Amino acid sequence: MTPLNAVLDNLDQFFKAFGYTLFLFLVCAVASMALGALLVAMRVGPIGVLRKVAAVYVSLVRNTPLVLIFIFFHFAAPIIGINFKWVQIYVGSFDFTSAFATAFIALSLYTSCFVCEALRSGVNAVSIGQAEAARAIGLPFSGVMTQVVLPQALRASVPPLASALIAMLKNTSVAGIFFLAEATATMRGLSNDFSSQRLGIFLCFAIGYIVLVEIVSMISLSFERRWRIA
Amino acid sequence: MRLRKAFAATAVTLIAATGLVACGDAGDDKAGRDVEAKNDCDDKFEAGSRMAAIADAGTINVGVKYDQPGLGFKGATDDVPSGFDIEVAKLLVADLCIDPASDKVNWEETISDNREPYLESGKVDIVLASYSITEDRQKVVGQAGPYMVTGQRILVKSDSDVKSVDDLKGKEVCSVTGSTSLDRIKEKGAKGVGADSYSECAEKVLDGTYVAMTTDGTILAGLAAQNEGELKVVGDEFSEENIGVGYGKDKPEMCEWINGVLSDAFEDGSWAEAFELTLGPSGVETPEPPALLPCK
Repeated sequence: MTPLNAVLDNLDQFFKAFGYTLFLFLVCAVASMALGALLVAMRVGPIGVLRKVAAVYVSLVRNTPLVLIFIFFHFAAPIIGINFKWVQIYVGSFDFTSAFATAFIALSLYTSCFVCEALRSGVNAVSIGQAEAARAIGLPFSGVMTQVVLPQALRASVPPLASALIAMLKNTSVAGIFFLAEATATMRGLSNDFSSQRLGIFLCFAIGYIVLVEIVSMISLSFERRWRIA
Repeated sequence: MRLRKAFAATAVTLIAATGLVACGDAGDDKAGRDVEAKNDCDDKFEAGSRMAAIADAGTINVGVKYDQPGLGFKGATDDVPSGFDIEVAKLLVADLCIDPASDKVNWEETISDNREPYLESGKVDIVLASYSITEDRQKVVGQAGPYMVTGQRILVKSDSDVKSVDDLKGKEVCSVTGSTSLDRIKEKGAKGVGADSYSECAEKVLDGTYVAMTTDGTILAGLAAQNEGELKVVGDEFSEENIGVGYGKDKPEMCEWINGVLSDAFEDGSWAEAFELTLGPSGVETPEPPALLPCK
């Protein structure tokens, strides 16, 4: 009877739990990067209205605690007819239903603000002369952004972007309070079933998170190296 | 100007009115039984026992739930929690010559996750928080009783055609993360979904996200009573839970004392009276008192 029996005997649950965590992280990473890039384009773009809209969105959503956003989509939005009951995707033993969809929406909307700000710090690092030169050779705004500014901005914003994504990876644990059996929720379940092995269970799940975060930061580091200007 | 004054006056009246309504609600049948403190503690307990120490100190920390109507529930405007767990706790507290209605009793909220840690660290002296007696829990804490035997049932929308647990195979069913109910419903072939509290589950059943929720029948009866006409309890009990009193494992002398107080309460009718008062209104019939498990 080792203190790890609870986890070792339920390895399937352990890996399934981190499977949910990882899936949620991956889809949210893609969505929040896409939305964040769109937001930063609006924020630095030439159209005043879009600049304002993006700025308001970022300050509104970024200033709201993540748990409140979850509560909104779980308990307030259904009252006005927004719900995710229709999401029913089954892949193997994984169920991606309303709990997953709600977590995806809440986390992506929230993280996109941080992605936007990380990218904006990168855009600010690109000297204004670059954008002026791009315009001078006749590139439209989309060209200025995609060909000249964003590639350079991305390089400068890798470290803050990685921080935003790592924070998001750990924020997936909030979904555990809201109906999703991801790592944190499963940890709580196991530690209630095996009260005598709380410490071992906690350590196993903490190590799981540490490993995942370490992988993300290693990927970010390799991008940083690859894009470094010699 | 006059308009603005009229508006202000209306607003004040409205606020006052809602305030009054809120107070009125909070006052409803929350009183519970009056349990008088005993005064024979001078030599009732063996010197050095935990009971003697608590009685001497004159204060006690009791771990209860705050979110289970009928068992242990504390609304935002309530000073003390109410419910059957609390009524049983009062009997124990009174036996230690502490007035259960006084502020000498600290009603600490113990959610499912922190019942064992609180007992192990001594943050609470006893736990009465719909605490099922299980073998694994008894490895780290002491459990006496049971003072109630409940079974797991199903709560669905009033217009649902779910009749029993067999209709829920492969469906998503809500319960609280870390509860034994969640494991049980998975064993029955349903997909368990873990929420943070039973009221959140009820909300999700009401809005149709999940077809059903499950836990002890007594808790479900309380929720059904809160949402009368919208939710109903269906099916037979498909598990048996012995709800007991938790105490520190290093104080084994407490077991005999707890069982003693409980069997007195079973005999003199105060147990039945407490049950009737707290769980009766939600339509649960008062059963025979359960058989106490022997102390180890």
